[in-house]
Amino acid sequence: MKHLLDTVSLSRDEAISILDIAEEMTQVSEREVKKLPVLRGRTVVNLFFEDSTRTRLSFEAAAKRLSADVLNFSAKGSSVSKGESLQDTIQTISAMGADALVVRHSGAGTPHRLAHTGWIDVPVVNAGDGTHEHPTQALLDAFTLRRALGGFPASGAVKDGPRGRGLDGAKVAIVGDILHSRVARSNVHLLSRLAAEVHLVAPPTLLPWGVETWPVTLHYDLDEALRSEDFAAVMMLRVQHERMHESFFPNEREYARLWGLSAARLAGLPEETFIMHPGPMNRGFEISAAAADSPRALVLDQVENGVSVRMAVLYRLLTGREETND
Amino acid sequence: MTDYLIRGADVLGRGAADIAIRNSTIVDPELLDPTSSDVEVIDAGGLVALPGLVDMHTHLREPGKEDAETILTGSRSAAAGGFTCVHAMANTAPVADTAGVVEQVHRLGRTAGFTEVVPIGAVTIGLAGEQLAELGAMARSAARVRMFSDDGICVSDPLLMRRALEYVKTFDGVIAQHAQEPRLTEGAQMNEGVVSAELGLPGWPAVAEESIIARDVLLAEHVGSRLHVCHVSTAGSVDLIRWAKSRGINVTAEVTPHHLMLTDELVRTFDPVYKVNPPLRTDADISALREALADGTIDVVGTDHAPHTAEHKCSEWTAAAMGMVGMETALPIVVEAMRDYDFDFGDLARVMSSSPARITGASGHGSLEVGASANIVLIDPNSAHSIVPDDHATKGRNNPFAGLEVKTTITDTFFYGHRVLAGGELSTPHPAGASWTDQ
Ligand SMILES: [Zn+2]
Repeated sequence: MKHLLDTVSLSRDEAISILDIAEEMTQVSEREVKKLPVLRGRTVVNLFFEDSTRTRLSFEAAAKRLSADVLNFSAKGSSVSKGESLQDTIQTISAMGADALVVRHSGAGTPHRLAHTGWIDVPVVNAGDGTHEHPTQALLDAFTLRRALGGFPASGAVKDGPRGRGLDGAKVAIVGDILHSRVARSNVHLLSRLAAEVHLVAPPTLLPWGVETWPVTLHYDLDEALRSEDFAAVMMLRVQHERMHESFFPNEREYARLWGLSAARLAGLPEETFIMHPGPMNRGFEISAAAADSPRALVLDQVENGVSVRMAVLYRLLTGREETND
Repeated sequence: MTDYLIRGADVLGRGAADIAIRNSTIVDPELLDPTSSDVEVIDAGGLVALPGLVDMHTHLREPGKEDAETILTGSRSAAAGGFTCVHAMANTAPVADTAGVVEQVHRLGRTAGFTEVVPIGAVTIGLAGEQLAELGAMARSAARVRMFSDDGICVSDPLLMRRALEYVKTFDGVIAQHAQEPRLTEGAQMNEGVVSAELGLPGWPAVAEESIIARDVLLAEHVGSRLHVCHVSTAGSVDLIRWAKSRGINVTAEVTPHHLMLTDELVRTFDPVYKVNPPLRTDADISALREALADGTIDVVGTDHAPHTAEHKCSEWTAAAMGMVGMETALPIVVEAMRDYDFDFGDLARVMSSSPARITGASGHGSLEVGASANIVLIDPNSAHSIVPDDHATKGRNNPFAGLEVKTTITDTFFYGHRVLAGGELSTPHPAGASWTDQ
């Protein structure tokens, strides 16, 4: 594995291996000195063309816990419109001595392009590209699910945590704006590769054309989906308020009523169903406060696991090359 | 000017014959004395002779974007591709929406002297889609514009489209429509389909093209005018055009070499060389387009040659410009695309020369008959090579066929009797300077 650009090209074995390394990394986070010396002297560049403090901080924490130096490069807006080309930006960063690039961009495919143009020859991690993919988010979701469904604490260090296994047979519902969600795309590929059974629940306007070709079961009606299936987890997606102005749905009230995880729907869920959300949440819109704050919500575990999973990814990409020289 | 005796070329694929050129006209070979020092004899055994190609759809970028292409570099590219006549789209800066701009383009084309450059006038002022440009003034200018298009942008206002179709009847003009419903394609980056669903790139549905074509053929029928549909890219569009023709509607249609050959699967590379408007579609669309070209539903191949500077293509996908160059690879690509169809050299001459000449009124092109203007291309159908964009005469390096193996090479182009391409090498512009068509 040279880059982590998407989950669609991640094999089941590779994914499980990253989750297993992340298990090891949770141990580091428990230590008094939360640091491993494995990436000492290496520089990880966070190249964020789009603001995301949460994701950037998570990658920064991950790199620092592996003793890497971190450079944050914020280049908001289209590079071409600012007069500096993507190529110039990347070659500048390359000249500063980057050993890995973590890239966030509003346009689908930009990390992929950086990995394949030859402008820079370092591992590239996709930290979210447009509405394409967000592979580390899906990995941390899978990690959290594997913990929770295995009966382990959903986050934190666990002595004999779940290793070597996938999510075989787990029914996971992803609810909301699938069309504009890179989290949904990455999760569909990864969870199904880990042999979970993925269900998508959304109004037809928020599902991509051609979604029937995906390895998922589709539902337009949330209540019917919840009635007919016993989900191991329900993952609510953030819905942007602006979508109603683009006629994806009439208004927030109707959306919340039909597709929100209300207190009533929460009450109707089987006791063992977990609730997930990639954050940040719109409380009272796609998710009620009751659901967000319920003990079965894994939202904060997801955030905590994000650091371990990103440590695992950086470790894998930055140390794997030396292994191949052996 | 030198007289030429082209010996033994397979004329239109119908068998070997001689073609003679004197004073920019095709003459009876008996009239030339092959021993005379004024006559250059060309052994064309193994080559195929076709009438010089006519491109209804190019972007030569001048005036305004000379860093991407100029009328001279575009004309040289045309000659290298076998085109003796090219139509230059109006989306320049300034837009070709007045007699002054179209005359400038016309004059620059004559000065360049490698191909006949015919300007296309804008339908609306500034391509803004609000008010008709001076279509009559452009038609009556020295450039004698007959084809009008806002290409790059659709004339989406139905009333404006109706008026344009009606108005050009004054001078037997034609409106060439870039069929793209703007609201259905806001922010679109690629074909809407299973690939866009996975890549998360905003999609461009086939219906955005088809709904405009459906509307426009009905408008053309209603007002009894001529419509040309640029770069048809979907199977549904083919069905609509077939239906319109069966009703006797005066519509012609065009397909690009890239839409006959490439699919949206290539977008998975996120390489902006594959970013184009209309977008690359699917295998099913390609089959429908090839069939339509073979059976005549689609009348012509137009290149939609769209050079861009490296800055506009060496970027992330979403920031990159749309368009591909294609004049120098059009004919070889069409040959490859149509290999499995009932499509011979006569058909090739029809879709790349005589039909576009007829539709646009380019009277000096499209025929190899004695008495016709000597606009001729010679091709070698058995010269396998792979495409190297860096070797091309166009300034644009955004050719999507780089590395592709093709069997056909364009060896010679005769432009009003002057050999602008000789043995695969560009030579000199037409010696008659700016007055070659006036002879
Ligand atoms: Zn166009």
